[in-house]
Amino acid sequence: MRTDIFLIVSLLIGACVYGLAATLGNDYYFFAGYVVLQYVVLATAWNILGGYCGYVNFGSAAFFALGAYSTVALYRFHPMPIPVDVVLGGVASGIVGLGTGYLTLRMRGAFFAIATLALAVVLETLVVNWDYVGGSRGAYIVRPETIAPFGSYIKYLFAIMLLLAIGSITVARLIERSRLGYGFATIRDDELAAEASGVPTLRLKLVATTISGALMGMAGAPFPYYIGYLQPSSAFGLDYAVNSIAMPLIGGTTSWVGPLIGAVLLGSLQQIATVTISSAVNLLIVGFLLVGFVIVAPNGIIGLVQKYVQHRPLRQVGRRHIKADAPEATP
Amino acid sequence: MTALLEVRNLGKRFGGFVALEDIALSVQPGERVGLIGPNGSGKSTLVNCICGTLRNEAGSVHFDGRPLDGSTAHQRTRRGVARTFQLPRPFASLTLAENLRIPLLYTVATRGGMPHTASHIDARCLTLLREVGLDGKAHRLPGDLTQVEMRKLELVRAMAAEPKLLIADESMAGLTHSEVEEILILLKRLNEQGVTVILIEHIMRAVMSFSQRLVVLVSGRKIADGEPNAVVREPEVERAYLGQ
Repeated sequence: MRTDIFLIVSLLIGACVYGLAATLGNDYYFFAGYVVLQYVVLATAWNILGGYCGYVNFGSAAFFALGAYSTVALYRFHPMPIPVDVVLGGVASGIVGLGTGYLTLRMRGAFFAIATLALAVVLETLVVNWDYVGGSRGAYIVRPETIAPFGSYIKYLFAIMLLLAIGSITVARLIERSRLGYGFATIRDDELAAEASGVPTLRLKLVATTISGALMGMAGAPFPYYIGYLQPSSAFGLDYAVNSIAMPLIGGTTSWVGPLIGAVLLGSLQQIATVTISSAVNLLIVGFLLVGFVIVAPNGIIGLVQKYVQHRPLRQVGRRHIKADAPEATP
Repeated sequence: MTALLEVRNLGKRFGGFVALEDIALSVQPGERVGLIGPNGSGKSTLVNCICGTLRNEAGSVHFDGRPLDGSTAHQRTRRGVARTFQLPRPFASLTLAENLRIPLLYTVATRGGMPHTASHIDARCLTLLREVGLDGKAHRLPGDLTQVEMRKLELVRAMAAEPKLLIADESMAGLTHSEVEEILILLKRLNEQGVTVILIEHIMRAVMSFSQRLVVLVSGRKIADGEPNAVVREPEVERAYLGQ
């Protein structure tokens, strides 16, 4: 499917999702849906670096919080429309992503993961000690009750997150089918061989950290308006780091579909658990599911489906096949 | 005629261990050079220094009249130096055809040259795979290949970058007699197309039949360089291989 058609179809599906939530006639569905969509963005963003390039980022919360706190900083300076916050949050996180990448990408495996974890700790310490954005006391954001033409403000936030989710999925899908996507795959498979084939691995990894960081920051930017009161421990919560890893792993990391499935499934399950059991159960669910999936479906739901339905190699989901009957190259 | 590859006074250390010392090597365009030496003599280190995987502390490498020093491995590949790895390193999650796409997209396409539409690239991948008899497995993953097929994939991926110089690092290790023959035919055909080849190999029969010139490394030093039959009779080479 061409990208423009894909985008139109996604927007139509998005409109249906919004319509469905609106017909249920209870704002709670928007509140819950917002969180699920936020995880769609986070999981998709994580997967660009973690799934495509094979670099496991434990610092998702840092990028998310950076987006949230750039909104708070802007709000203290002068309240802006949320789309502006989203763009600026994305820029801030993208720049930090680029810088972090430059400093850490010479490390691999567990070392890289620990470095990203350290980034979250460093940023949290900075924010705790930064009075302008509230420090450890936190910051209040007063959001209007209503906004035209959406009615209640949560519908507006939901719509923004919906668009962000569609945008990030489109970006991920675009990457996957492009030259960049092939380059990312070679980084995941073998960096030495990639260099020997002409792939500028460092530059590509920086592109990945920047895009991934920017998308996470964008997901975080509307968060202060959603929650109303932002404190460091909620913005840098463990949930974000754990969920944005668990969701792509459960869905499958080789394609944009995986994080989407994982986020919708796990995110919804957590929302249901929050209202039926308790919000403390959330991470427990993630833990059980992760253990289960590692045993039953190490390649996620996509891997499982492919194994039983198609008998096709993993990489080829959503990708164009090279036709066996392609014409001979002209000399 | 200026040399295609000119290595001057090249030196490389790993801590206190001198891996290469004062290596000089000149390779003319179109030449077939054999590089031999006992295990640990520095053959692969030399390849890594030429290809940019390792940085040499001393000396310089010139390629096609310009210095390579300071450029990264991928830049050298784009300049026209291709290599295979001693242990094949395929992109395991990509199909064979996709494996060949990488050098086409990232090396050949960046040189400008021919237009690279999607269908053109697909066709080129299949043509290349056909040359090594792997076209039947174009959509399989490298994990499904046999040892000799894996070596062929490694070679054809290097060939896909359309190099001026191909360095084949032990492409025949562990292969049977007839399989070695297959790889040799491939390399010779490539050489006939104008590609300069440096062959690193332990199988003497293959090296002797392939090389126009033989270079011998022992303990990080070059001890012989010349006509293959003359080189293997040199006392120093005999001593290195057979002991005293």
